[in-house]
Amino acid sequence: MRRAKPSRIVLNIVVILLCLIWSVPTLGLLISSFRPRNLISLTGWWEAFKTPLQFTFDNYTHVLSQGHMGLSFINSLIISIPATVMPILIAAYAAYAFSWMKFPFKDGLFVMIVGLLVVPIQMTLIPVLRLFNKLGLTGSFAGVWLAHTGYGLPFAVYLLRNFIQDLPGSVIESAKIDGASHPQIFFHLVLPMSVPAIASLAIFQFMWVWNDLLVSLIYLGGTADVAPMTVTMSNMVNSYGGGWEYLTAAAFISMLLPMIVFFTLQKYFVRGILAGSVKG
Amino acid sequence: MNSGIVWKLLTAIVGVPLILAGYIYLSEKLIGRRRQRRNDVARAFFWLLPAFVLIGVFLIYPSISTIILSFKNADSTGFVGFQNYRALFSDSSMLIVLRNNAVWLVFFTLITLTLGLLIALLADRVKYEAAVKALIFLPMAISFVAAGIIWKFMYDYQPMGMKQTGTLNALLSAVNPKYQPNAWLFNTKTNNAALIAVGIWMWTGFAMVILSAGLKGIPVELLEAARIDGASEFQILNRITLPLLAPTITVVGTTLVIDVLKIFDVVYVMTNGNLGTDVIANRMYKEMFNYHNYGQASAMAVLLLVVIVPVMIVNIKRFKNGGQNA
Repeated sequence: MRRAKPSRIVLNIVVILLCLIWSVPTLGLLISSFRPRNLISLTGWWEAFKTPLQFTFDNYTHVLSQGHMGLSFINSLIISIPATVMPILIAAYAAYAFSWMKFPFKDGLFVMIVGLLVVPIQMTLIPVLRLFNKLGLTGSFAGVWLAHTGYGLPFAVYLLRNFIQDLPGSVIESAKIDGASHPQIFFHLVLPMSVPAIASLAIFQFMWVWNDLLVSLIYLGGTADVAPMTVTMSNMVNSYGGGWEYLTAAAFISMLLPMIVFFTLQKYFVRGILAGSVKG
Repeated sequence: MNSGIVWKLLTAIVGVPLILAGYIYLSEKLIGRRRQRRNDVARAFFWLLPAFVLIGVFLIYPSISTIILSFKNADSTGFVGFQNYRALFSDSSMLIVLRNNAVWLVFFTLITLTLGLLIALLADRVKYEAAVKALIFLPMAISFVAAGIIWKFMYDYQPMGMKQTGTLNALLSAVNPKYQPNAWLFNTKTNNAALIAVGIWMWTGFAMVILSAGLKGIPVELLEAARIDGASEFQILNRITLPLLAPTITVVGTTLVIDVLKIFDVVYVMTNGNLGTDVIANRMYKEMFNYHNYGQASAMAVLLLVVIVPVMIVNIKRFKNGGQNA
């Protein structure tokens, strides 16, 4: 179908080169994380495959047991899961109302959501921190869940409303005629039909929260027993200085889950973006 | 793992959705099933309530509060007029911060967008497209903190004559024996560029994925028809692909601009803004937690908002014109 052979060779070289540039930094980190501490500071990671091969899991066991990364991994999970589910479900309620219910100021409220899409998080830090201090929410997971939910909502409402209002009205109307209530329609029809949009949104929100440093840094106050991995790692960078053997292992532990999520849900992700324009 | 953590994790996974689902069923019970206009409005109110309460508490109220705080002194006890804003544009270290944000804005946005588009176009033409896209997008899946560690490692520096363990210095030394190893993050000539490169490395995948999705949305028949009519690949790109992709490019570009203005993590982790690399968000953090100057910190946040307001207005206008799916 396609022609021009020499240009195809150039094309392939360029593409592979770009892939190399993009993956070498991560690869170097991964290889280094398995190298013994004395070798990391002496030679580059590319010399790791010279015989005799010297690889070790010590860096991982150390970071997980003594370096707080084990606990931080759990903390990151505790923070990220509700901070993904909450905004999506709450936004889906709002999106459903915006799409299939009649109420006053509907357009005005949605315009407000669109406006809030781009408000910098920095605008909210000081007053929310003071509010949390008053309510005793500073340093608690609940505070961080709520904050992430609030910050994620405008985008989630916007994206889901665009998707849900394009769902086939005939299906929803006939369910209503059959006597289904709004919650039934929502949970049995709208949510399952919105899976492509929800999956893509869930990936974005989960990765955003999992990888977030600022929100946790400010509202959790940096105590080790509630710190997610990003906070723990940034503390390690400051205190360990050049302790590459631990930093590399810690960084790779923090990357593991997002990478699994990304590779397993990648199809959903791309399909979800495309599905924005699909109509029934 | 102690039981406290298990319990928290369970609450997190099971409890939260259950409570939210329970809320909606309960509100439906409260309203009843009668079909009356008043009930319709009441129902919409319940469905919208959680979203708008949280948006009010975490976005609207704090934003208004921050604007007021920006006109107050360090500990928010008295009004000082525009003093915080004057400091923002006169203090020499602040001017460096503003310069850096401008440099980030221009170079990060343009290079990320161009590379993302280029890779989307190139990957579209090879058989292993999925693998290419996965590799390029991968950095987007990791945190800026992890990326900061990865690139600190890449930029690692040993004095001239010693064995270079940082990939970049080692590579350049291997290519050019006369190469002077560079302390990328400490040399004030290169440190900002080195930080921006990390940002580009992370965000190109985002631009690529969205643009690639836009590319796939262009009907194949259109491109085939142009090819049959004898159009070159370059003409097709210029006359068909790019114009059709323009709305997507705008959306990606806008997202990048908004995100780069708030850039924080990468600077915080890699240099903490030392040696002339500070940016607004990192300096704001310092104003809050190191200098306890909440007035100044608020003024910096408001500056970010002011720069972003045009984007907000464009978004709203585009939405009102019905182009919300762009």
